[in-house]
Amino acid sequence: MQRASARASTLEALIELLSSMRFAISLLTVLAIASVIGTVVQQNEPANAYLNQFGQFWDPVFARMDLYAVYGAVWFLAILAFLVLSTTLCIVRQSVPIVREIRGFRERAREASLRLFAHQASLAPTLPPQARRDAVTAYLAGAGFRFRVDEREDGALIAARQGAAGRIGYFLAHGAIVLICVGGLLDGNLPLAWQMKLGGKAPASGDQPVAHIPASARLDRSNWSYRGNIYIPEGGDTDFAVLNVDDGVLLQPLPFKVALKRFRIDHYPSGMPRRYASDLVLTDSDSSQSFERTLEVNKPIEYRGVTLFQSGFDDGGSLLRLTMRDFVPGGARPPHPLEVEVGSRLSLQKFGYDYTLEATGFRPINVENFAPPAPAGGSLFDHFLGSGARTQIDENLRNLGPVYTFKLRDAAGQAREFSNYMLPLELSGHKYLFSGVRASQMEAFNYLRIPLDDNDSADTWFAIRQIFFDPARHAALAARFTARVFEPGGEDTLRERLKAAAEHTLTLFTHGGLDAISDFVESKAFDEHTTSEEERQRAGAAFLQILQGMVWDAWMSVREAAGQDALEPGDEHAPFIRDTLIAMVDGFRYDAPFYLQLTNYEHRQATILQATRSPGKPLVYLGSLLLALGVFAMLYIRERRLFVLLKCDEALIAMSSNRKAIDVEETFAHHCDGLAIALGAVAPRN
Amino acid sequence: MELASSPLPAPSPSVGKPPAAPEAKPAAPALAGWLKQRGFGDWFYALALVAGACVAYFRYGAAMDGYDTAILVLHVPLLAALGWAWRPFRLFLATVAALALAGIWLYQGDLARAEQVFFLKYLLSSQTAIAWMSACFFIATGAYCLGLAARAGFAERTGSALTWAAAIMGAVGLSVRWYESYLLGPDIGHIPISNLYEVFVLFSLVTALLYLFYEGRYGTRRLGAFVLLAISVAVAFLLWYAFTRGAYQIQPLVPALQSYWMKIHVPANFVGYGGFALAAMAGLAWLLSARGTLAERLPAPEVLEDVMYKAIAIGFAFFTIATILGALWAAEAWGSYWSWDPKETWALIVWLNYAAWLHIRLANGAGGRLKNCQRRIAALESQFAPSPREEHSNDDERTAEIRTRLAELTAQESVLKRRGHKEKAMLAWWALAGLLVTTFAFLGVNLFLSGLHSYGSL
Repeated sequence: MQRASARASTLEALIELLSSMRFAISLLTVLAIASVIGTVVQQNEPANAYLNQFGQFWDPVFARMDLYAVYGAVWFLAILAFLVLSTTLCIVRQSVPIVREIRGFRERAREASLRLFAHQASLAPTLPPQARRDAVTAYLAGAGFRFRVDEREDGALIAARQGAAGRIGYFLAHGAIVLICVGGLLDGNLPLAWQMKLGGKAPASGDQPVAHIPASARLDRSNWSYRGNIYIPEGGDTDFAVLNVDDGVLLQPLPFKVALKRFRIDHYPSGMPRRYASDLVLTDSDSSQSFERTLEVNKPIEYRGVTLFQSGFDDGGSLLRLTMRDFVPGGARPPHPLEVEVGSRLSLQKFGYDYTLEATGFRPINVENFAPPAPAGGSLFDHFLGSGARTQIDENLRNLGPVYTFKLRDAAGQAREFSNYMLPLELSGHKYLFSGVRASQMEAFNYLRIPLDDNDSADTWFAIRQIFFDPARHAALAARFTARVFEPGGEDTLRERLKAAAEHTLTLFTHGGLDAISDFVESKAFDEHTTSEEERQRAGAAFLQILQGMVWDAWMSVREAAGQDALEPGDEHAPFIRDTLIAMVDGFRYDAPFYLQLTNYEHRQATILQATRSPGKPLVYLGSLLLALGVFAMLYIRERRLFVLLKCDEALIAMSSNRKAIDVEETFAHHCDGLAIALGAVAPRN
Repeated sequence: MELASSPLPAPSPSVGKPPAAPEAKPAAPALAGWLKQRGFGDWFYALALVAGACVAYFRYGAAMDGYDTAILVLHVPLLAALGWAWRPFRLFLATVAALALAGIWLYQGDLARAEQVFFLKYLLSSQTAIAWMSACFFIATGAYCLGLAARAGFAERTGSALTWAAAIMGAVGLSVRWYESYLLGPDIGHIPISNLYEVFVLFSLVTALLYLFYEGRYGTRRLGAFVLLAISVAVAFLLWYAFTRGAYQIQPLVPALQSYWMKIHVPANFVGYGGFALAAMAGLAWLLSARGTLAERLPAPEVLEDVMYKAIAIGFAFFTIATILGALWAAEAWGSYWSWDPKETWALIVWLNYAAWLHIRLANGAGGRLKNCQRRIAALESQFAPSPREEHSNDDERTAEIRTRLAELTAQESVLKRRGHKEKAMLAWWALAGLLVTTFAFLGVNLFLSGLHSYGSL
C-alpha cells in the first residue's frame, strides 16, 4: 500500500517535472543547440567525404553519434519526443484551471483581496444608489466586457472580464506544436527506417541496371511516405522513384508512369535562366488514362497522393559526334570520326588505344560573366546615385557555346577528366580551341589552347605538331630552317653546326619541351663552352629563336603541302608562332594521346523530378494555422478583469491582467475615468 | 505557467451563496465601439486608401491576377488599421506615395532619364533615394547620441525627424526600384526583396518604423541612439556590399524565387528581424542602466522592459508567420515543407530561442511577487501612524504580531528584489544574445553554410 503510494508520488513528481516551465525552457534550448550540429556538419554526404574531413579518429566517433544524419538520429528524435510529451502533459494539466479561468468571473472576490490589487481605486459616486448598477453595467457592456453581478449584504460586486480568447490561444499554440511534431514524424524517415528494420528492405548499389535491382531494394507501392528522385530523359518514361539511402538506392514504384516529352529552359536576355519546365505525360497504372501536364519550379503537380516537383535537369544522353585527332607522331592518320552518347562508355580499342571513353556531360549553352566583379572606374557617386537598373554587366555576359566533359580511363583504371569547348574562343583578337584537363575533381582544369589558322581550323597546328614530333622529319626541317636563315655562300662548317644545333633543339624539345632545353643549358655538357649567367641567358634566347624559326618553316611546309601560298615573314605572324609553341609545350601536360574535337551534336535533355508522398502534411498545415492563431491570441489578446464593488458610499474599482505590461496602467486609468463619469464621481488621481 | 499576476481570491465563506447571477453579454461588440471613435481625419485617410486602390485597380486591373487583386484589396484595411492605430504613419504613407509617384512620373518609361533629370538623379531614383536614406540614418544616429550625451531635446527631435526622413527615403527607394525593374523588361520586373542588398534596405526601414512607433508610444527618444546604432551598422554593411560587389544592380529572378510566397514570406521575416533587433537594443540599454551607466539619462527600466517584451512579441509573432510561410513555399518549390536546410534550421533555432525567452519571462515570478509583497507591506504600514518599523514599549499583542509579519515581509522584499533583478538581467542578456543568433540566421548562414537558400549569398 505504502509502496503504491510512493510510486504514485514518484509518478506525480515526474509529471510535475516534465510539464514544468523550466523543463520546457531547457528542452527548447537543448533542441536549438542540437539543431546547430546539422548545419555545421554537412548532412548525408558519402562516407568517404567524412573520412577525409574528420580523419581516422573522429570519423567513427561522429558516425557513432549519428552526426552525419542528425535529424533522423535516435537521440534527436528523443528530444522531440520529450518536447511532445512535455507539451502534452502541460496542456492536460493546464486545461482544467484554464477552462475555469475562461468561464469564471471570480464574482466571489472578497473586498480585502480587491484592495490588495495592484490597480485599484476608490470613487465617491454622486449618482443615486439604485441607478449606480445600471450605469456601471452599461459602461462595461459598452467597453466590451462580459460581467456577472454578485449581490452582497453591503452592496454588489460586478465582476467583468474580456479577452478570454487569449487563454484559448494557449491551447491552440501548444496543441499546434504537438500536431506539427506528429505530422513531421509521419513524413520523416521513420517509416522508411521501420521498413528496413522489420520489412527486410535493404538498399542496393546504384551502379547497376534497374532490372538487376533485387526485390529487397524495391519498396511497396502502398508505402505511404517517401521522397525520391526521378530521372527521365526526353522521350523516355519511368514509373518509379529512387530513394538514396546509405550510399545505396531503394526503388519506390509510383501509381503512375511519367513520360517526358520535352524539357525546356527559357532565358532572360542576359542569358540567365528564367524558367525550367518539363512537358510530362502521366499515365495512370491502374486505369491507363493519361494526360499531359507541364511541370515548373514552384508549380508542382499532385496526382494520386504523390506530388511531383521540378528539382533539376541533366543531360539525357545527347549524341556527340567527335573527331579524333592523334597526337602520336608519324601515324599521320587522317582525323577519324566517332560517336558517343552522354552517359555511356566507349572502348577505344578499335582506334588502337587502350582507353575507355566515358562521356559525362554536355551543355549547349555556357554563359559566363567576363566582367570584373566590381565595376572599375567611375566615381563613388556612380555607385550611389541613379537607378538600380544599369546594363553594363549584361554586356560582359558571353555565351561560350557548347561544352562537353568526358573521362579517359586507362587499362589500370586511372581516369583523367576533360572539358572541351566546341567553338573557338576569341582572346585579344586571336582564336583558340580550349580543352581542359584535370586528374581529380578537386583540381581546376588546366587548359590547352590550340591556336586556329586563317581558316578558323586547328589543322595547321596539328600538322605543325606532326612535323615537330616526328623524328624522321627533324633532319628535313632543320635543313629547311638552315637554308632559310643562313645566307648562301657562308661557311659550310658553320652551316653544318647550325643545322646540328637545330636538330638537337628539336630532339630536346620533343622529349621534354622547353624544360629539357633549359636543363641542357644549365647542364655540364653546355658548361664547357660558356661560363657566365649572361651567356646562358643569351644561349636560351638563341634556342627559343631557333624553335620559333622552325615553327615558321614547319608552317610554311604545311602550307606548301596543302597547296597554299607561302607567306611573307612579318610581325603579324608572331602571335600564331608563339601560340603554336605554347600549345605544344602545354601538350606535355595534356595526358591524352589524342584530341577529341566536338564537331556536331544532337541535344537530348533529361529532367530530374522529385516525387513525394507526405501524409502528415495536412496535420502540419493545420498545426501551423493553429500555431499562428495561437501565438497572436496569446500575445495580443489582453485578458482584463475589472471588478466594481458598489457600496453605499463608495465604488471600489480593481483590475487585473495577465500581462505585466505598462499599458495595463493606462487601460486602468481609462476605465476609472469612464466609470467615474458614469457614476458621477470625481476621477481618482494617484 | 503563470496565469494571473493578481492573487487568486479565495472563495469567501462570509457571503451567503446567492443564485448564480445571469451572465451579461456586452451590448455592442468592441469593434463597433472602436469604429465609432474614429474621427473625420480617420475616415478621410481610409477614403484616400480606397480611392488609391480603386485607381490602381481600374488602371492596372487588366494586368492583375487573382492574387494581385486580393493583395491590393487587403492592403486597404491593413493600412487603414495601421494608420488609425498610429497617426504619424498616415503622413509617412502619403509622403512615400507622393514621392514614389513623382519618381515614376519623372521616369516616363525611360531608364536613361535617371542620369538626365535633376530630381531623379539627385533625389528620387532608387539608388539616390537609398543613398539619402543611408545619410539620414547616419546623421540621425549622431543626433540621437548627441541628445543622449548632452541631454539636448533639440538634438533628439532632429534625430527623430531624420529617422522619419530616412524611412521615407528608404520606402521611396524600394518603390522606385520596383518600377525600375519593370523598365528593364516586363518579365524581369519583380518586388525588390529578392537579394541581400534589397532586404537590408527593408530591414533598416522596418526596424526604424518599429522604433518610431515605440518612440511615440512611450514618449521617449532616449532609446534612439541605441536602435539607430544597430540600423547604422546594417546600413554600413549595405553600403560596403553595394560598393564592393556592385550589388545594387537589379537582377532578374531565378526560377526558384518566382513565387507569390516571396512577397509575403520575406517582409514577414523582416518584421521579425526588426523586432528582435529593437528588443536587443532595449536589452542593451537596460543592462547599461542596471550597471549605472547613463542610468538617469535612459528611459525607466520598466519602459525598457516593456519595449523589449513588445518588440519580441511582435517579432516572434511575425517570425512564426514567416517561418510557416517559408514552409508552405518550400513545400511548393522544393517538394518538402521541411528539409533541415541550414536556413530552415537556423530559422527554427531563432524561433526556439525567442520561444524560450517568452517562457522565461512567464516563469519569472519574482516581479509579480515583489509587487504583491510591497502592497502587503503598504497595507500593514498604513495601520501605523508614525513609525511602524520602530518598536514601542506600549505595543499590544496584535501590534507586535503585525510588526513581526512586517519584518518578515521586508526581508522577503529584499530577496525578491534581488531575484527580480537577476531575472530581468537574464532576459536582457538573452535578448541581446538573441540578436547574434538572428544575425547568424540572417547573414551567417548565407556566408558560411551552403544550402538551398544560396541565392541570398554574398
